[in-house]
Order: sequence, then structure tokens, then C-alpha cells
Amino acid sequence: MTAVSITVTVILATAALLAVVRAVRGPSILDRVVATDVLLAVIVAAVATEAAYSRDNTALPVLVVLSVLGFVSSVSVARFAVRSRSRRDDGS
Amino acid sequence: MSAIDAAASVFLIAGATFSLAAGIALTRFPDVLSRMHAATKPQVLGMLLVLLGCALRFRSTVDITTLVLIGIFQLTTAPVAAHMVGRAAYRSGVYRADLLVADELADRRADR
Repeated sequence: MTAVSITVTVILATAALLAVVRAVRGPSILDRVVATDVLLAVIVAAVATEAAYSRDNTALPVLVVLSVLGFVSSVSVARFAVRSRSRRDDGS
Repeated sequence: MSAIDAAASVFLIAGATFSLAAGIALTRFPDVLSRMHAATKPQVLGMLLVLLGCALRFRSTVDITTLVLIGIFQLTTAPVAAHMVGRAAYRSGVYRADLLVADELADRRADR
């Protein structure tokens, strides 16, 4: 199980690094929203893998909170992006 | 390592591989809509695989109930969030129109 956890850690770290690269470079705010959602999914997978490795169920409520957080953050930022863009169009 | 632990390991590694595929696609795909297509993989299928591997490790009723709750919540909220982001991308015009196969809202968008 230790080798499995190390493998999963390496894979997830690479995925998180690539998501952070897109979040930094992303030309629009929606690219950053998508990249942050992927980063949050990677974090959920990492926490779940740690819980499965140590058979410790104290991290499971954290997973619930993280999945709620991803939904709320992406919806609210998407609303904000539309509103700010349309206001700029009205002004120009 | 028992057979159930081996199955859990396979599910955990498969779920992590979906995350890696999404990370590679995020850096290589050209615009927001195609990146959204790739970003859905770890959010839905990858997370379900990881939760399944987690459930195979715990094997108790309370923990599996929590994991099923997380899975159901993710399955119901991921389409809504993707719809909101895609709608925002289309309405603010940050997609690449030359990559679209069909644009059924093009005539409605012109008079906006």
C-alpha cells in the first residue's frame, strides 16, 4: 500500500502542478475557474487517498466540505465574470 | 496485501491518472470550452474511482455512507457548475469560434 500511495502522490502532484500552470497563465478568468476546479478535484483525490492509506475516517467530512466549496466557487465566479463583462460592454 | 486492497489500489491509481490527464489537457487544449471538457474527468469519473477505492479500504457502513453522499453530491453539482461556466464563456465570447463544429445560438447572439 505504501508503493501505491507514493505512486498516487507523484501522479497527483504532477496534475496539480499542470493545473496551477494553467491557473497562472490562463488568458481569461474562466480558464482560471476551470483550472481551480481541477486543482480542487486533485486535492479531494489526495485527501481521499491519504484517508484510504491510513484507514483514518476523520478526513471524510473534509471531502464533503471540499466538494461543496468547488461547486459554490465556480458558480459564483462564473456569475461574476458575466456581470463584469456586460457592464464593461455597456460602458464602452 | 489482500485482494480487496489490491482492487482499491487499482481504483486509486486509475482515479489519479484521470487527474493527470486533465492536468495535461489543461495545458495543451486551445480554449475554455475544450478545457472544460477535459476538466470534467477528474471531477466526476476520477473522483468516483477514488471514492470507490476509499470505500474498499474502509468497509464500514458509516464511512461508505459518507463516501456515497460525496459521490451523489458531486454528480449533481458538476453539470450545474459546468453549465454556468460554459454559459459565461459563450456569452462573454472568450471561446474560439473557428473551433466550433456547430453554433446553434449564433443567430440569437448577433442581435444581442
